[in-house]
Amino acid sequence: MTTPMTASARDWEAERSAQVKEEPAKRAGDTEQSALPPRLPPATTWEIGGRTLTSRFLLGTAGYPSPAILQQAIAASGTQVVTVGLRRQLAQGTPASADGDFFGIIKATGAHLLPNTAGCRTAREAITLAQMARELFDTTWIKLEVVGDEHTLQPDPFELVDAARQLVKEGFDVFPYCTDDLVSCQRLLDAGCKILMPWGAPIGSGQGLVNPGALRILRARLPDVPLIVDAGIGSPADAVQAMELGLDGVLLNTAVAKALNPVRMARAFGLGIQAGRLAFEAGVMAQQDMAVASTPVAGHPILL
Amino acid sequence: MTAALTVPVPETSTTTLIVNGAAHTTTARTLAQWVEAQGLAGDTLATAVNGAFVPRAQRAQSLLAEGDAIVTFQPIEGG
Repeated sequence: MTTPMTASARDWEAERSAQVKEEPAKRAGDTEQSALPPRLPPATTWEIGGRTLTSRFLLGTAGYPSPAILQQAIAASGTQVVTVGLRRQLAQGTPASADGDFFGIIKATGAHLLPNTAGCRTAREAITLAQMARELFDTTWIKLEVVGDEHTLQPDPFELVDAARQLVKEGFDVFPYCTDDLVSCQRLLDAGCKILMPWGAPIGSGQGLVNPGALRILRARLPDVPLIVDAGIGSPADAVQAMELGLDGVLLNTAVAKALNPVRMARAFGLGIQAGRLAFEAGVMAQQDMAVASTPVAGHPILL
Repeated sequence: MTAALTVPVPETSTTTLIVNGAAHTTTARTLAQWVEAQGLAGDTLATAVNGAFVPRAQRAQSLLAEGDAIVTFQPIEGG
């Protein structure tokens, strides 16, 4: 038989130890509890359009102060996918942009190219532009944009589904820029899309996630579909929120390009997206209405 | 007298096209010849004639007719 003092101390040790070991497991669900080695990048890899990626940040290339700043921002962001566009023009020589050798800079980054169909209003236009993009950028990836409203640049769900169906038949990996409406998203999946890119807010508005509830529903109802929030992100906090909701990635352009310092902002978003993903994987604790003492003194009143 | 009848059609006959929305006169007979005449490498642009995409490999077979509308697209930055 042990002395009362020792037994009490042992019980207390056991109780505290159980708290420490079990509580995070309960909060996070059935997740692995292995410690992260120090300084290891936390993000798990993911697959999209037949590629395995480590970065969950997709970055647009438009509107930067200079090609050099664009180049530095891409490097600082850690992105592995950049979006590009096409314009109806006939410029002489290899540099196809007023910015100089834009395309050369982009190719030199080694990032995967995701051409868009920006500016298209009908499925027919978008299909033709996608065919041109596949040839010009030598990729089957296409960010399918078909806009239905000039003021909000809201995707037209009907034209989008028509275009997606045709492009999937032609062998494209279609990344549709879509609204957060669950049923139109399901129709895009029916059309053969393997990925969805719901908007957070109107393009370039910087409003953040105007309808996080809709994104939460998409995540819950489409657990196995890669979901990338595309458009409307303003600050890294918005990107963290998207990642904590369990979305798979974030695509943005203006929030970096129009920052006072785009290179630093690219880094800030890169870190935020990593942090948000790691938080999702770790399992954010449940909110409580009242205080819950963190220092384990409950039941041991201090009487001075 | 038969020799005069075998003179080939002059290669310099011109065709008027609509290129990216503007009138454009060319002596090119095919889309491939037209691209070359613009001084552009074939892989620096994508082409469509009368709204239909014409892949690079088919430009040499794409005959141009009076009034055809050509559009050309090139890479730019994008979001």
